[in-house]
Amino acid sequence: MSVPRVFLVDDHQMFRSGVRAELGDRVEVVGEAADAESAVQGIRATQPEVVLLDVHLPGGGGKAVLETLKPEQPDTVFLALSVSDAAEDVIAVIRAGARGYVTKTISSDDLAAAIERVRAGDAVFSPRLAGFVLDAFAGEVPPSVADPELDQLSPREREVMRLIARGYTYKEIARRLSLSIKTVETHVSAVLRKLQLSSRHELTRWATDRRLI
Amino acid sequence: MEQHPRAQLAAALDLPESVHRSADDRVVAGVCGGLGAALGVDPTVLRLAIAVLTVANGSGLVLYLLGLAFFRPPLNASSASAEVREPTAERAAGVALATFGLLLLFAHLGVLPPAEVVWASAVAALGFALVWARTDAADRTRWLLLRSAGGGLLVVAGLGGLLAAGGVLGWVGSLGLAVLATSAGVGLLLGPWIVRLLRDLGTERRERIRSEERSEMAAHLHDSVLQTLALIQRADNPGRARTLARRQERELRSWLYGDRAAGPSGAEDLGGALAQLVTDVEEAHDVEVDLVLVGSCPMEPRLEALVAAVREAAHNAARHAGVDEISVYVEVGPDRVEAFVRDRGRGFDPQRVEPGRLGIRESIVGRMARHGGRAEVHSAPGEGTEVAIEVARNHDRNDRTERSEQEATS
Repeated sequence: MSVPRVFLVDDHQMFRSGVRAELGDRVEVVGEAADAESAVQGIRATQPEVVLLDVHLPGGGGKAVLETLKPEQPDTVFLALSVSDAAEDVIAVIRAGARGYVTKTISSDDLAAAIERVRAGDAVFSPRLAGFVLDAFAGEVPPSVADPELDQLSPREREVMRLIARGYTYKEIARRLSLSIKTVETHVSAVLRKLQLSSRHELTRWATDRRLI
Repeated sequence: MEQHPRAQLAAALDLPESVHRSADDRVVAGVCGGLGAALGVDPTVLRLAIAVLTVANGSGLVLYLLGLAFFRPPLNASSASAEVREPTAERAAGVALATFGLLLLFAHLGVLPPAEVVWASAVAALGFALVWARTDAADRTRWLLLRSAGGGLLVVAGLGGLLAAGGVLGWVGSLGLAVLATSAGVGLLLGPWIVRLLRDLGTERRERIRSEERSEMAAHLHDSVLQTLALIQRADNPGRARTLARRQERELRSWLYGDRAAGPSGAEDLGGALAQLVTDVEEAHDVEVDLVLVGSCPMEPRLEALVAAVREAAHNAARHAGVDEISVYVEVGPDRVEAFVRDRGRGFDPQRVEPGRLGIRESIVGRMARHGGRAEVHSAPGEGTEVAIEVARNHDRNDRTERSEQEATS
């Protein structure tokens, strides 16, 4: 399989060159941008497979980039990358269509693996994001919600999230729960979908109440 | 200390060169505050003297404006070197006598309202003094009620006397128009100046607050970030530098975002205690501890046991697993708290731990058993280690007690 074509969006030059150097030839970096507007133009021009998107950007943040590009470039996938932001920002980026969220302290191996994973159409959850999901989806489903299916995790999904939060990789989870890795990925994608589509009001309240780190 | 009232008066008139208006202790422009500090008189006493003299015939206002004109502007807090004398009752009495003397002098010269007005204002002023004069804290609590009551009575009596003195009302009435006209004239003349003065005071105050905030922030950054940067430059290995950077990041973040309750020292809730634990383990062993906490709750004795067991497990992982990353996951459920400490290190056979090793048996499993909890160690050589710890939450029992009490009463 060819190396993924990646576009870097981060307002810190140092961070961009760091990621470039660390990922080396595991990816092909087709472009960089430091703010939302030039990111939109650059991504239109280069048509990358994966965009590493900083949550906080001058000119509207990662969310603005996603909202502009998601409808016109459905094949480009976005992986949110952030040093430590308010949960509300991270959640906004996920709900705007990012396929995952990792923190900037992630090791370069894990980052390369995460890029491969989102390129393949799967979701990437850091332990922290899994913890957030468990927290936000805790408690009873409010009776008023339109689609109860979207507003709670299945027991299996909860189990998978808990293991991710405990630091297990998808492979380890699969072995522990006697599932295939594909099934684990399906569960995680389902949780991502719920996270993106749920109308659960706790989600917003939770996010505004807290910061992810 | 024998100090004649007249000497006080002389001192008050023969103003020392170093009288500055006060920046901190002021009602209008800090004249009384500054003079009080220089003379060793409670500024409240001076303020009352000025007030009495102003009411009597306006001379208080003249004195105040003279002070405003001749005293030096306030000193900065940092360069404050003006002599400050402790207020004493003697010197306060001196000022009171001086004021009284001035009143007598004015009465003699015939530039004073009738004696009743003077006496009534003096009584009222004494009342105000009793209520407002500053004393030390212990004294304040002990005498506050008595003093307030006595002072209040005197104020009421004084003001009552002012009004009740039959002729006074007429006298005030005849004078009222003149006073009103003069005030209007003075207002027209001085109005813009007074407005500017007040605005300047506001600006000055805001700037003082801003500069205080700035210096507080500078002090904080100096004590934290700059120190850490210096340490990082001198750190001889990358692991140490990383640990320092991480600790500083955490500390700065908690300071910036204001969740100081969860900061390292407080530990009033589980999050705070765990944050402290993460810092300690990272500093002791050059490892990264990745903490994920779901839910939160206040600390209680059983959770202290859980945190202590998690701490021991994390220390074990850092010491024996040979990894640079440890995952700690803690979930607060409705009726129990679960914690998992996991590493991907070399692992061991739990059946073959030497009997003498107390870490796991005593500090983790035994401790949790004593507190009604449970701990299990899952490990195998080459497979990493996971310690699972859980304990019931205390409030659950309380809830049940309440519920049964409710059932009993209904």
